[in-house]
Amino acid sequence: MPQTLFDKIWEAHEVAESLLYIDLHLVHEVTSPQAFESLRLAGRPVRRPDRTLATADHNVPTDGSTAAAQIRDRLSRVQVETLEGNCREFGVPAYSIGSAHQGIVHVIGPELGVTQPGMTIVCGDSHTSTHGAFGALAFGIGTSEVEHVLATQTLQQRKPKSMRIRYEGELGYGVTAKDLILGTIGRIGVAGGVGHVIEYAGPAVEGLSMEGRMTVCNMTIEGGGRAGMIAPDETTFEWVAGREAAPDPLPLDEWRALRTDEGAAFDSEVVIDAGELSPQVTWGTTPGMVTDVTAAVPEPRDQGEQRALAYMALVAGTPIQEIRLDRVFIGSCTNSRIGDLREAAEVVRGRRVASSVDAMVVPGSQQVKAQAEAEGLDEVFRAAGFDWRSAGCSMCLGMNPDIAAPGERVASTSNRNFEGRQGRGARSHLVSPKMAAAAAIEGHFVDIRGWE
Amino acid sequence: MEPVRIVEGQVSVLDRSDVDTDQIIPKQFLKRVERTGFGEFLFYDWAKEPGWDLPANPILATGRNFGSGSSREHAPWALEDYGFRAIVAPSFADIFYSNCTKIGLLPVVLPETDVKELMAAGHARIDLEEQEVAFAGRQVPFEIDPEIARRLLEGLDDIGVTLQQAGAIDAYEAERERAGPVTTSLA
Repeated sequence: MPQTLFDKIWEAHEVAESLLYIDLHLVHEVTSPQAFESLRLAGRPVRRPDRTLATADHNVPTDGSTAAAQIRDRLSRVQVETLEGNCREFGVPAYSIGSAHQGIVHVIGPELGVTQPGMTIVCGDSHTSTHGAFGALAFGIGTSEVEHVLATQTLQQRKPKSMRIRYEGELGYGVTAKDLILGTIGRIGVAGGVGHVIEYAGPAVEGLSMEGRMTVCNMTIEGGGRAGMIAPDETTFEWVAGREAAPDPLPLDEWRALRTDEGAAFDSEVVIDAGELSPQVTWGTTPGMVTDVTAAVPEPRDQGEQRALAYMALVAGTPIQEIRLDRVFIGSCTNSRIGDLREAAEVVRGRRVASSVDAMVVPGSQQVKAQAEAEGLDEVFRAAGFDWRSAGCSMCLGMNPDIAAPGERVASTSNRNFEGRQGRGARSHLVSPKMAAAAAIEGHFVDIRGWE
Repeated sequence: MEPVRIVEGQVSVLDRSDVDTDQIIPKQFLKRVERTGFGEFLFYDWAKEPGWDLPANPILATGRNFGSGSSREHAPWALEDYGFRAIVAPSFADIFYSNCTKIGLLPVVLPETDVKELMAAGHARIDLEEQEVAFAGRQVPFEIDPEIARRLLEGLDDIGVTLQQAGAIDAYEAERERAGPVTTSLA
C-alpha cells in the first residue's frame, strides 16, 4: 500500500502501538528544570544522553555575555545555571552561554547536522516543527513529556492525522517562504492544522532554500499543526553534507526513499496557488490575522478581531503601508539563519534606518553570527544603523532584556504576534526579513516588490 | 498523578477564542524552576482589565482552540494551581490538550452550542468514567481517547507505564535504532 512520508517515519519508529522511539531530544533551559528535578526525585537516569542535546536560548542576553554568571536578572541566571548543572549531573551534552555552538535550539540542530532526514525529533518547544524541513518528524512537547523522553527515549503518542498542503505555481518576485506560510495560515486558520501532521509539497516548496523550508515548517504550529514536513531532496542533502554530525558518506539511497508514494492517501488535502501570494503583514493578535502588504486593515468580523484591532490601536481601512513603526526585529527561530540575514542585508546595504525606528538584528546562533561577520554583513547592518547582537531568542518572546515597551509597534520576523508577546502592551506585526529590513529604512511598511 | 473521575461545581466563563498560552501564563513567569506557585500569575495581564471576573471554580468553560501557541506546561500548571480541575471548550490546541492530561487537569470537548449552554447554566458535573457532562437538566456525552481516560481514572504515572515495556525499547534499540547522530561525540 502506498505510504506518506509521515507514515514511513512513524512506522520505522513504532516500538509498540502508540509508543514512538525518539532519535533526538533537544533541550533548553525553560521547559526542562522540572523534568530533571522529577527524574532526580524518582532516582531515574537519562536513558540516552548520547541522543540528547541542550542549549540555552530563551533567557540569554544578546549583549555578548559569555557566562551564566554575567546574566543580571536573577531568575534567568538561575534557570541557565540550573540547565548547566542538570546536564553535568545527567551527562547530557550542553552548549550553554559562552559556547561557540550556543544558539536558538532550532537553529543549532540543523547547523550541527544532528537534524537529519527520517528522524524523530522532539523538544519542549512548540517550534520544534522547524526540523521537519529536513524530512524528519519533529514536534513540540510539554515538560511531563520531556521527562518521559529523558527517562525512556520514547513518547506515548496516538498517531496524528495527515494533511498535505500542495502549492501550485511559483512564488513571485519579492515573495518569500515567510509570506508563503503566513498566507497559508491566513487561509487555513490558526486551528486549521490541529490534530494533523502537515506535508508541504509542490514546486514552490521544492524551490525554497533549506532556510526557507525551515521558516515554513517552523510556523506549522501557528496553523495548529502537530508537525510540518518537507520531503528531502538534493537541496537537503547538499545542505547536510559535511556538517559536524552528518554521516559520511550520506546514506542517499535510504534518504531518497523518504517521500510520499504515488497514490498515498492523506486525511485531508489543501491546494494553494503560490503564484497569487503577495508579501504578507499581520495586523492582529494571531498569525492568522494577516493580509497583503497592498491591502488595508480589514473590517473586524467578530469580537476577537475587534479586540485585536483595539489592542493593536489600528482602524479598519488604514492601508498597511501607512502603518508607522517604532521598532524592527530581525531574528528568532523563524528567520535568523544566514540566508535570512543575507536577504535583509541586501535590502539595507548603503541605506539608513529611519530616525524614528530602533532596529536590531539577532543572529540565531554563534555560528550564524561568525559566518555573517566573515561575510561583512554585520558592517552592512551597523552602517545602516541596526544594532548587531549576539545569539538568542531575543525579542521574539521577551524572556531576556530585549523587550519592546508598552504601546511600541514592532515589525518582526518572528512567529507570534500574540498580545504582550514581545513585551507587555507591545504591538507586533509579523513579516519576512526583506519586508522588515525595508520597513526599518522607511519607518513604515512598504511593498518590497515596487521599492527601489 | 491523582486519579480523576468526577469534577463537579460552579463554572467560570472565559468566552474568548484562540486563547494562547502567552495569555494564560506570560513569559516573565516561566523563569521559575519549580512546578508549583503559578496560579497567582494566571491571565496576569488580562486580569487587570476592568470587568475581569474569573473565580477559582472547579470548571472553566471557554472558546475554540484554547491553549494555542507555546508548548509551556506552565499553562496547565497555572490553571490547576489556580483551582480549575476541568476545562470545557469546543476545541483545544494539541500540545496544550496533551499537557493537561499529563497533570490530571481534565480537558473536555463539547459542541460550541453545548459549551454556551453550560456557560449559562453556571454549574456542571463531569463524569469521566461515563464520559458525560450533566448541566441544566441534560446529560451530554463527550469523546476522549480510551487510553488517556484510563490513565486519568487510575492516576497512572506515564513513565511507570512505559517502563513496563522496557523490553520492547531494549529490543528496538538492539535491532532497529539508527546509527546516529551521537550528540556526545560532538566537539
